[in-house]
Amino acid sequence: MKRISRRSFTAMASAAGAVLAMPNLAFGAQARVAVVGGGFGGAAAARYLKRLDKQLAVTLVEASRKFVTCPFSNLVLGGLRPIEEITHGYEGLAKDGVRVIHATVQGIDTGAKRLSLSSGSLLPYDKLVLSPGIDLNFGALPGYDRTAAEKMPHAWKAGAQTLLLKRQLEAMPNGGTVLMVCPDNPYRCPPGPYERASMIAHFLKTRKPRSKILILDAKENFSKQALFQEGWQANYPGMIDWLPGKAGGKVASVDAKAMTVKTEFGEQKGAVINVIPPQMAGEIARAAGFANDTGWCPVDFETFQSKMNPDAYVIGDASIAGQMPKSGFSANSQAKVAALAIIAVLNSRKPASPALANTCYSLVAPNYGISVANVYRVTDKGLVSVEGGVSPTGAPPDFRNREAIFAEGWYASITRDMFG
Amino acid sequence: MAHLRSIFAACLGLTLLSFPAPAQEMPLALALSCAACHGTDGKSPGAIPTIDGRSAKEMKEALAGFKNGTRPATVMNRLAKGYTDQEIDALADYFSKIK
Ligand SMILES: Cc1cc2nc3c(=O)[nH]c(=O)nc-3n(C[C@H](O)[C@H](O)[C@H](O)COP(=O)(O)OP(=O)(O)OC[C@H]3O[C@@H](n4cnc5c(N)ncnc54)[C@H](O)[C@@H]3O)c2cc1C
Repeated sequence: MKRISRRSFTAMASAAGAVLAMPNLAFGAQARVAVVGGGFGGAAAARYLKRLDKQLAVTLVEASRKFVTCPFSNLVLGGLRPIEEITHGYEGLAKDGVRVIHATVQGIDTGAKRLSLSSGSLLPYDKLVLSPGIDLNFGALPGYDRTAAEKMPHAWKAGAQTLLLKRQLEAMPNGGTVLMVCPDNPYRCPPGPYERASMIAHFLKTRKPRSKILILDAKENFSKQALFQEGWQANYPGMIDWLPGKAGGKVASVDAKAMTVKTEFGEQKGAVINVIPPQMAGEIARAAGFANDTGWCPVDFETFQSKMNPDAYVIGDASIAGQMPKSGFSANSQAKVAALAIIAVLNSRKPASPALANTCYSLVAPNYGISVANVYRVTDKGLVSVEGGVSPTGAPPDFRNREAIFAEGWYASITRDMFG
Repeated sequence: MAHLRSIFAACLGLTLLSFPAPAQEMPLALALSCAACHGTDGKSPGAIPTIDGRSAKEMKEALAGFKNGTRPATVMNRLAKGYTDQEIDALADYFSKIK
C-alpha cells in the first residue's frame, strides 16, 4: 500500500465525508501516540509503545525534568537512602526513541485530538495515554489546604514534601508524638501509610527512642494489617498506636497553626503531623472530562480505554481499575495492557484479553519485608483478583529478610523497566 | 527485542481485517508484567532472579512447582496459582527464547 501521511489521509477521508469512520491508519503510516505524565504508568507506556512498534511516533509530556519515586520515599524518611537514589531522569526514554517534552498539559481538545502545552505549542495525536497520577483533594478535610501542607506535610507526592517531613522528624524533640492522618479508600498505595509509620518508627527508635507514633485512620482496617502489626510488635514494641475510624481515628478537621487535629473524641497535638488527605485523579484528567463524579476515571478493563473517549486510555492511579490497588506496579502492568491494545487497534486487530499483576512490598524494618501479590483478570464481576495474597504471618526472620532484599530488587527492576 | 519484533512483524501481516487476537499475543500480554520484578525481557538488574534464556523445560518445572506448592518461594507461589497450565507453558516458551 502507498505510504501516505496521517494528516493527508484524514483530510482525504474527511473531504470524502467518511469522517473518521475509518478508525485505522493506512498500513505504513506513522501513528502518533501522546502520553501525558512520565511516572509509573506513563513512562512505562511510552517506553513499551516504542519497543513494541518502532514505527510509532511516541511523545511523552511530563511536567518535571526529574521524577522522584513515591516508592522508597518512606526509606528516605527512615534514613535508609538519600533522595538522590530515588530520583530519575528521562534520558533513557529519549535514547529509546521516545520524544520527551517537559511541559504541563493544560488542555485536551478531544474533538481536534490535540493537547495544549504550557510552552504554548499544540501537540496533535491519534491515540492518547493519560497517566497523570493523583491530586490531593484539598478542601475535603477542613483546615487542610496548600498552606497547611507546608506545616503538616502530606509527602504523598515525593520530592520537596518528603524532604520537609524528614526535616521535621529530625528537628522534633525526643519524646514527641508523630501524628499520622490516614484517608478512607480509595487512595494511592493502600499499604503506604503503614510502611511510612514503620520507617518513621525505625528513625525514631535509632534517634529519638522516647517518641511515639499515633495513626488516626478513617478506615476500620488496612492493607497487610496483621503483618504490619506483627512487624511493629517485633521491631518497635509500644511505639506505634493505630486508632481505627470508629474508635476515634476519624479526623474531622486539622489546625495547622495550633498543630492540632480534631476527632470526634477530642483534640490531639503532634510534634510532627503527617496528613495524607483524600485524593482524586490528576487535574488534567478531570478537566478534560475523563473522570466521573467519583473523581476517578472509568475505563474498559480489557484495554484501559477511557469510557469517556475512545481515543484515550487512562492508566495508573487516575483510573478506576476494579480491585487493583493504586500502585506503581499496577500502573506498570496497566501501561503494557494499554500499549498492546493501542497497537492492536491501530492495526485493526482485537486486543488480547489481559491478565494483570501486582506485587507490593513494604519494608517494616531494614531486614524485614512483607508483600501482597495478586493476579487480576476480567470476569463478570469486573477486574478482580483471581489468585494471590499476603506473606504468611509468623514467618521466620530469614523469610522476612529475603522479602526485604526482593523489595530492593523490585525497585531496581521496575525503575529500569520504566526509564531504561 | 528481536523476538518481540518478530512477533509483531508477524502480527502486522494480519492488518486491516478484524481478526481475533493471534495466539502469540497471549504470552506477551502476560509476560510483560513479569518485567516489573524480573526486569525488562526477564533480565534483572537487581536481587530478583533473572528469568530469560533458561530452558523452557526448567521454567515450566519451576512455575508448575510454585503453582502446586512443591517448590518453596516468597511471592511466586502466590502468583503462579493465577496462571493456567497453558499460560505457564506459553510463558516458559516465551522467556526461553529471549537472547
Ligand atoms: C509513600 C508512598 C509509597 C509507595 N510505595 C509503593 C511501592 O512500594 N510499590 C508500588 O507499586 N507503589 C507504591 N506507591 C504508589 C505509586 O507511587 C503510585 O501508584 C504510582 O506513582 C502511580 O503511577 P501514575 O503513573 O498513576 O502516577 P505518577 O507516578 O504520580 O506519575 C504522574 C506523572 O504525571 C505528571 N503530570 C501530571 N499532570 C500532568 C500534566 N498536566 N502535564 C504534564 N505532566 C503531568 C506528574 O508530574 C507525574 O510525574 C507508593 C506511593 C506512596 C505515596
